Amino acid sequence: MGKEAKSNWDGFSLKPRREMPEGLWMGCPGCKHMLYRSSVEKNLSVCPECDYHFRIGADVRIKHLADEDSFAETLGDLTSSDPLGFKFRGTTYKQRLRDDEKKSGSKEAIRIGKAFIKGRGVVLAVMDPNFLMGSMGSVVGEKFSIAAEMAVEEKLPFVAICCSGGARMHEGVVSLGQMAKTSAAIARLDESGGLFISVLTDPTTGGVTASFAMLGDCTIAEPGAMIGFAGRRTIAETIKIDLPEGFQTAEFMLEHGFVDMIVHRKDLRNEIARLIDYCHK
Amino acid sequence: MPDTVNNIAAEDHLDFENDVADLDRQMKELRRLTSIKGIDYSAETRRLHQEQVAQLKRIYSNLTPWQTVQVARHPKRPILTDYLHLMVKDFRELHGDRSFGNDRAIVTGLGQIGREKVLIVGQNKGRNTKEKVACNFGCPNPEGYRKAMAKMKFAEKFGIPIVTLIDTPGAYPGIGAEERGQAQAIAVNLAQMSRLRVPIICIVIGEGGSGGALGIGVGDRLAMLEFAYYSVISPEGCAAILWRDGSQAPLAAEALKLTSKDILKLGVIDAVIPEPLGGAHRNLHDNIYNVEQYIIKTLRDLKRTKLDNLLENRYKKLRSIGAASSEKLRRKTQAAADRIAVALQAISPRSKKVPAKV
Ligand SMILES: [Zn+2]
Repeated sequence: MGKEAKSNWDGFSLKPRREMPEGLWMGCPGCKHMLYRSSVEKNLSVCPECDYHFRIGADVRIKHLADEDSFAETLGDLTSSDPLGFKFRGTTYKQRLRDDEKKSGSKEAIRIGKAFIKGRGVVLAVMDPNFLMGSMGSVVGEKFSIAAEMAVEEKLPFVAICCSGGARMHEGVVSLGQMAKTSAAIARLDESGGLFISVLTDPTTGGVTASFAMLGDCTIAEPGAMIGFAGRRTIAETIKIDLPEGFQTAEFMLEHGFVDMIVHRKDLRNEIARLIDYCHK
Repeated sequence: MPDTVNNIAAEDHLDFENDVADLDRQMKELRRLTSIKGIDYSAETRRLHQEQVAQLKRIYSNLTPWQTVQVARHPKRPILTDYLHLMVKDFRELHGDRSFGNDRAIVTGLGQIGREKVLIVGQNKGRNTKEKVACNFGCPNPEGYRKAMAKMKFAEKFGIPIVTLIDTPGAYPGIGAEERGQAQAIAVNLAQMSRLRVPIICIVIGEGGSGGALGIGVGDRLAMLEFAYYSVISPEGCAAILWRDGSQAPLAAEALKLTSKDILKLGVIDAVIPEPLGGAHRNLHDNIYNVEQYIIKTLRDLKRTKLDNLLENRYKKLRSIGAASSEKLRRKTQAAADRIAVALQAISPRSKKVPAKV
């Protein structure tokens, strides 16, 4: 993170380097090659040289994942009521919401709905890193829970693409409550015999990892994704030693037994469809 | 005369209690003079004492959120072991998660509160340095959360209600904690506590630090002691991120709405348990008595409810957090569901493997 980036850091752009830079050409943080933007985008926003997986917004993700035009969105216009009336450093949470709506084109950090993946009907929840770093406040919690309940009612598999900086500070303890709420919704889905596939993408951290993201019947991770509970800075400051190479990556999580498989973005549709077929009763 | 109100040592006064500490010094001086010179200062002492009561009332009825955090973290505030000694009869600690170890930041065991058999699950901060180190200052590792769940399952099997006492700055942020799945351990507790078929009462007795607190904090009733705090992130952490300056913690504490009063208004907790005048650390016995009475009364209520209803109510309660405009939301949800039904009908021929029910 450069000095410039750091001074503008608002806690919701964890690693600016991961976002796709503007312009015709772009550098790859993985192999340092200069790449032609459209060639990366055509390649599912994965570096053709080194397979570096760039972060992608919810819209793009849905296009990649769902059968063409099959995504039927639920509650796309739900917005936060700002339960705390949160103000900070001369600005307000409400203003942040408006800014990020413009920036991301999403009304919130998650989109839910029904879709087909290679012809298999699913309930799909996709988090958006471009909206307050995919953080979970009341709307994300509510929409995720509704999605889980839809999966129970319609007996559909539930696929969630997790991508989040954690619980959203601006909604305080209400955000914390969303961890309990979404986990309870997954517990009900589990009890009903429903399938929950959790896909962890870069980054999946904090309160989202410590709730629904880790509750999948099957847990898939994208290569190189940062996945963890506590922030790297917090850990480094607490224990005062350098963090080991590859700490809190998808590969680290696989090694320690918390991820079933690491799947390249180009294979994600296939793998999800295959898992659904295996679990279909 | 016995000093029952300001029952703490001079060095234990918080920085906003200077007036109270002053009065303490004056009373001490009068007592010294009485014993040396034999002069009767009881009238003066009584007056100072009354003044001190008034001061404490004034200060504690207007605590700022940051002052509340300081009271919640007071070194003399009653911790889990105090509750175990004063509130729980015949306590039998149960150790270990049966997988990795015995995390002493979380204590679990069977005991009796009033006439009720219960399982106690609580975070322990330790009183002296040795204890504090042993229980990692109340910051649990994954094995602590897994121990809690193992014992809660045991309690469920034998129909023993669960009481959790929450007091942690947060789950421990360490390399080992990440390697052993801190997030997964907490997530599993949240999901499973929402379905355990026994009554669960959760009480924040000091610090309710984020996911680390919530990891033993899902139940039928959630209460807070009056000057406890409960927050998604520590005020220092929030200030470091949003204000880019950890020393702005008082501002962050204000913004986070982390006091019992504010959280009750937000509908996230069910009750506020009053603390004695000047905070729990000034009168351990009265404070713990209040907590005990809350548990006994609440348990009696919960035990009257059929288990299926209990679980249904628990789910509804969790489900309602943050759904402030739930009516509006429900209407919207219904409208959306209708739209989906229509949309699905249009695309349903494509569904081959798992046809959607419309
Ligand atoms: Zn590359």
